Amino acid sequence: MSFVQNFPCFSIVLCMVAGILSTPMKGKQAKNLTLVVVTLVALMSIATLGYVIGTGESYTYMMGRFPAPWGNEIRVGILEALTATVFALVMLFSLLGGMDHVFKDINESKINLYFILVDLLLSSLLAIIYTNDLFTGYVFVEINTIAACGMIMIRESGRSLIAATRYMVMSLIGSGLFLISLAMLYDITGHLLMEDAHEAMIRLTQSGQYEIPLLVIISLLTVGLAIKSGLYPFHSWMPDAYGYSTISSSSILSSLVSKSYIILLIKIFYRVIGFDTIITSKIVNVLFVFGLIGMIMGSVSAIMAKDIYKMIAYSSVAQIGYVYMGIGLATEAGMAAAIFHILTHAITKSLLFLSAKGLNDASGRKRVYPALQGAAFRNPLAGAAFAVGSLSMVGIPMLAGFISKILFATSALGSDPKKVLPTLIVLSVSTILNAVYFLHTVVRIYTPVGEPGEFKGVRIHMAVGAAAALFCLIALNFVLGLYSQPITDLIQQGIQMFA
Amino acid sequence: MGPNLWVNVEEIAAVILFGVGFTTLLLHKNMIKKIIGLNIMDTAVYLFLAAMGYIDGRVAPILVNGNTDVNLYINPIPSGLVLTGIVVSVSVTALMLSLTIRLYRKYRSLDIDEILIRMQREELKK
Repeated sequence: MSFVQNFPCFSIVLCMVAGILSTPMKGKQAKNLTLVVVTLVALMSIATLGYVIGTGESYTYMMGRFPAPWGNEIRVGILEALTATVFALVMLFSLLGGMDHVFKDINESKINLYFILVDLLLSSLLAIIYTNDLFTGYVFVEINTIAACGMIMIRESGRSLIAATRYMVMSLIGSGLFLISLAMLYDITGHLLMEDAHEAMIRLTQSGQYEIPLLVIISLLTVGLAIKSGLYPFHSWMPDAYGYSTISSSSILSSLVSKSYIILLIKIFYRVIGFDTIITSKIVNVLFVFGLIGMIMGSVSAIMAKDIYKMIAYSSVAQIGYVYMGIGLATEAGMAAAIFHILTHAITKSLLFLSAKGLNDASGRKRVYPALQGAAFRNPLAGAAFAVGSLSMVGIPMLAGFISKILFATSALGSDPKKVLPTLIVLSVSTILNAVYFLHTVVRIYTPVGEPGEFKGVRIHMAVGAAAALFCLIALNFVLGLYSQPITDLIQQGIQMFA
Repeated sequence: MGPNLWVNVEEIAAVILFGVGFTTLLLHKNMIKKIIGLNIMDTAVYLFLAAMGYIDGRVAPILVNGNTDVNLYINPIPSGLVLTGIVVSVSVTALMLSLTIRLYRKYRSLDIDEILIRMQREELKK
C-alpha cells in the first residue's frame, strides 16, 4: 500500500485533532493552527487526487481492522479527491478573506470556539465526501449540521440566533427523513457498506421484491437531502442564514455545506441504489421540476432583495436549482454538468461573498444598494473581484459559469426529448434574470458618486491574506473557465468509477 | 396486507410516531414543543430499528457462558445504530435547547412567531 493512500484518513483525523487542540488555545493561536491544518488538508487532497489519477482506479481504505461486511471503510476515487481538493481550497480562501470580520463580529473569548467549529466542519465535509458507509454518512451529516449552526449563531445578534434556529429546524427535519430512509434501506438490504448494499439492491430489483418500500426509501432520502441542501420550496432558511452570519461562515455555508449533501445524494444514487433504479422511480423528474422552478424563483427573489448579501444568498437558491436540474436530466452528461456546477458555484459564491464584504466595508457597512454606489472605486480589488464573480455567474465566456451553462445546455440536448425545451427556455430566462441583478449591482458599484458624498476619500486597503484569497479565487475561476476540458474529463471518469 | 399489519405492529407504531414528531417539529410555534417533536421523531426511528433487529426467542448479543452459536443472539448492528443515533440526537437536542435559552433571554418568549415580531420591532426602533 502506498503512503499517499493514507492521506484521506489523515486529513479527516487531523481536522478533528486540531479541533480538540484548539479548545484551550487563545483565538490567534487557534486561527493559526486552523489555517495550517486547512492548508495541509488541501495539499494532501491534491496529492490524493494525483495518486488516483495516476493509478486510474479507486481504492477503499479500511478503518480499523475489520474486513468488508463488518468494518467501516472510506473510498477514494477521482470525484471524491477532486471535490475534497476544491472544498479545502475554498475553505482556506473563505477563512483568509473574512478573517478581519471573524475577529470583529465574534466576542473575543469565543474566537477559538469558531475555529473549533471550522475544524469540525471540514472534517465532517471530508468524511461525507469519502465515506463508504451509509450510517457514517448520517452521523457526519449531523456533525456538519451542528458545526454549521454553531457558525451561524456564534455572532450572537438577535437576527443570527433566529437564522440559526430556522436553519436548525429545517436541517433536523431533513436529517430525520434521511435517517428513517437509511433505517429502511438497511432493513431491505441488510448492509450498511455501499458496495454490499448495492449488490443486495441489484438482487432485489431483479427479483422485483420490495418495490413499494424501495420507492418510499428513494423519496424520503431525496427529500431529506434536498431540504438540507435548500432546494427551492425548502429554501426559506437560506437568506437569513447566509445574510446575518459572519462573512466567512456565509461563504463556507453557501459554497460548501449545502453542496456536500448533494454530493452524498449523488453518491447514494450511484453507489447504493443504482442510477437505473432511480430513473425508473421517476424521482429525477421531481428534482428536475423543482430545480427549474428554483432557478426562476431564486433569481426573482434576488432581484427584489434590497440587501447585497441577501441578493447573493437568493442567487444561491437559483444555483442549487441548476444543480438539481442537472441531476434531473437523468443522463451521465447531466450529472457531470451538475458536479461541474457544484465546483463552479463553490468557487464563485465564495468570491462574491468575500468581495461583497470588501465593498460593504467601503460603504459604512450599510449593505443597501444606495450606499454601495461607487464602492468599487473605494475598494478597487473587491470591485474587480465582484465583477469577475458576477460575470461568471451570468455566464460570460472565459469564466467558470459559462462552461457550466454550456454543459447544462448540451447535456439537455442528449436527454429525454420532453425535457429539452423546458431546460433550454428556463436556462436562458434564468441567465437573463441573473444578468439583471448581478450586472445591476456591478453597474451600481462602478457608478461614481457625483457630489462629495458621505464616503468621499474613503480608501479601503485589504489585508494581505484577504487580497491573496480574492486573487486565488479569481484565478481558480479562470482556470475552471479556460481549462474546463481536463476537469470535465476527470468528472466523467469519476462518475464511471462510481458505477 | 391484513395479517402483516399485526406482525409489524411495532413498525407501524414507529411510523405513526415519526409522523407525529415530524409535524410537531415542523409546524409547532413553541420552541420547547418543537424540541419534544424532534425527540419523538428520532425515538420513533430507534423503535423502528430496534423492532427490525429483534428476532423472536433470541437474546441480546452479549456472550453468555462462552456460547458463540450465532443462532442464540439477535442482530447486534441495529442496536449499535440505535446507540449511535441516541448520541447524535442528544447532542442535537442540547444545541436546540441552548439556542432556545439564548432566544428567550433576548426576546423573553418561546413562541417563534412572537420572537420574529419582537425582532422586527427592535429593528425598526434602531
